Amino acid sequence: MIYNMAEKNNTAADLQELSDPGYCRGLAQRLHRMLDSEVSFMEVCGTHTMSIFGSGLRTLFPAGLHHVSGPGCPVCVTHASDISAFLELARTKGVTLASFGDMLRVPGPGGESLKSAQAEGASVRICYSPYEAVQLAESHPEQEVVFLGVGFETTAPAVAATLEMARSKDLGNFSLYSCHKLIPPALEALVANSGIQVDGFLLPGHVSTVIGTEPYRFLARDHGIPAVVAGFEPGDILQALLLLLSRIKSGDPDVDNQYTRAVKPQGNARAREVMYQVFEPRDALWRGLGTIPYSGLGLREEYAVWDAERRFTLSRTGGEDPPGCRCGEVLQGAIQPRDCPLFGRACTPASPVGPCMVSSEGSCAASYHYDLDIL
Amino acid sequence: MERGDDVSEERILLDHGSGGLASHRLISEVFFRYMGNEHLYGMDDAACVWTGPLTAVSTDTFTVDPLFFPGGDIGSLAVHGTVNDVAMLGARPRYITCGFLIEEGLPLRDLERIAASMARAAQEADVRVVAGDTKVVTRGAADKLFINTTGLGELLLDTPLSGAGAEEGDAVLVSGNLGDHGLAVFAAREGLSFQTPVRSDSACLNHMVAHLLQQVPEVRVLRDPTRGGLATTLNEIAGQSGRDIFLREADLPVDPEVRESCSFLGLDPLYLANEGKLICVVPRRWADEAQQVLREHEAGVNVACIGEVGGWSRGRVILETGIGGRRLLQMLEGEQLPRIC
Repeated sequence: MIYNMAEKNNTAADLQELSDPGYCRGLAQRLHRMLDSEVSFMEVCGTHTMSIFGSGLRTLFPAGLHHVSGPGCPVCVTHASDISAFLELARTKGVTLASFGDMLRVPGPGGESLKSAQAEGASVRICYSPYEAVQLAESHPEQEVVFLGVGFETTAPAVAATLEMARSKDLGNFSLYSCHKLIPPALEALVANSGIQVDGFLLPGHVSTVIGTEPYRFLARDHGIPAVVAGFEPGDILQALLLLLSRIKSGDPDVDNQYTRAVKPQGNARAREVMYQVFEPRDALWRGLGTIPYSGLGLREEYAVWDAERRFTLSRTGGEDPPGCRCGEVLQGAIQPRDCPLFGRACTPASPVGPCMVSSEGSCAASYHYDLDIL
Repeated sequence: MERGDDVSEERILLDHGSGGLASHRLISEVFFRYMGNEHLYGMDDAACVWTGPLTAVSTDTFTVDPLFFPGGDIGSLAVHGTVNDVAMLGARPRYITCGFLIEEGLPLRDLERIAASMARAAQEADVRVVAGDTKVVTRGAADKLFINTTGLGELLLDTPLSGAGAEEGDAVLVSGNLGDHGLAVFAAREGLSFQTPVRSDSACLNHMVAHLLQQVPEVRVLRDPTRGGLATTLNEIAGQSGRDIFLREADLPVDPEVRESCSFLGLDPLYLANEGKLICVVPRRWADEAQQVLREHEAGVNVACIGEVGGWSRGRVILETGIGGRRLLQMLEGEQLPRIC
């Protein structure tokens, strides 16, 4: 019966129902009835974190259902040495750094951020899409425009398409600093190495529109942990949790797809094709998780001219996390934000120490903004 | 050729701020032309005005990029902002002063448009511009134009209203849709276009306030949720009065287009500025009457009762979400930045 719910989120009327108070309460009541032991789940996407806190879902969960956030906030997992490189680039004469907004306040090793560099005179521009950065380069031929490519499989295809456009325009003053990362290798590292204790995963809806459901199969097959690809409405998350609970209870772990209105099992082959035409997997350094083999996307040799890492000499000094910051453990789900001694005291959204307090998708920021228990 | 036409080709120069002939020409040809009255024509160092026994005073400096946006401009904003601040104390704004800080090179026709718009706004608000000042600074020392306005108003009540006045059980009303101004300016600055253009709600609220105070004898708090939006202003009221405020998300009025655009951009309409809305806290028994009065005014047609005031506490704002969960609604930290998708 539960498995049919995924069929029930496809039409506009269904979509409305997914945020309908009565419907959601009904689902929450079923969760309460179904849960007869302590269960913890991890959501791997910052947008899920936001939705769970922002919709007040957390206060509707049964007491035995524990929720931990994973490494699904792209800003948060960007390593301190990359932040250091961003700052170096921003301070390079003649360079305009184009970035998504969230990145601007993340403090680097010396506590400085792109925002503070901007105040000191560095040219940093907020972009809503990578295409804007290309337009910026076209309209400012005297400037070297470097775009900070931060994001997972969701963002990478659009950035790849943009780079392809820069190539077709033979744009000489545009380049990309790629911090793009891949979700499945991070999950693999998380369950294989860090020894986290979760009974199930809520898998990222947006990323899965590109990669489909197959790449997560190892979670159930090799580790016996069920996982559900979920949408972002409160009703989506509740449906996914019911699916997860039934898998846990029946002892029949598998990967299910609740978000059928957006995610196809095979994902989006065209988007992956564009992505892998420009990028190739390479080892990547994650905040909190260290180096994970083939978990990042670097530019292929044919695109070397547009690779900021090759165009500029960057020292990347100070790859250490700020003293006392426990973002790394938060990102692994090892501690809750409020367990960090800096949380809400030395580290607030106004003066963040770590990235999880900066990004609107960071779990510390979500907890600080929304959690009734923190004050 | 009319005088106005050759003026329209001109730009503001440092000469215009010299205090000499060029300054006088600017004052008479632009400011007097639109805002002139007997207080200004005197050209003395100060103006004299009558004030009642208790006078509300507010000053604010306005900077907005771009200077012109759908629904208003820096001139109308500078009048509305100060008029509304004075009105929120329970006062009738009577006089305003304005100071212009102009970057050299500003097209004179822009200044004229802005002066004309200020004059219109002042007329609508029924306030006199009684004093003014102009300074011109070198290119780069300011961004196009900053305007400071100071407002004076007669108190209509025995004691001024304050955010500390909220009491347990009071109803919290908001006079209309949230976030329009913030989104309109943001969209104009970033060159974004929406299916239905979003317009700033910039408007004077003093007539609506006077009507409300006349009809509802026990208004506890009036505040205009400008910078930082509804969430920030409610946190101020909660903090000042030392009480929790409970809000119902389902009752918050937000235009569907604004809601959708905000969701796409990663902005929260509850933190976006409003320039023509007020928050009104009244005892529950007066909530219906207050809503009826507000609804009679253009700025109040979408008035809604959005929550209530709790007992003594730490002064938090707690939101009951659409699905019946609860969460904190914190004050805005820094500026809202669009997110990574």
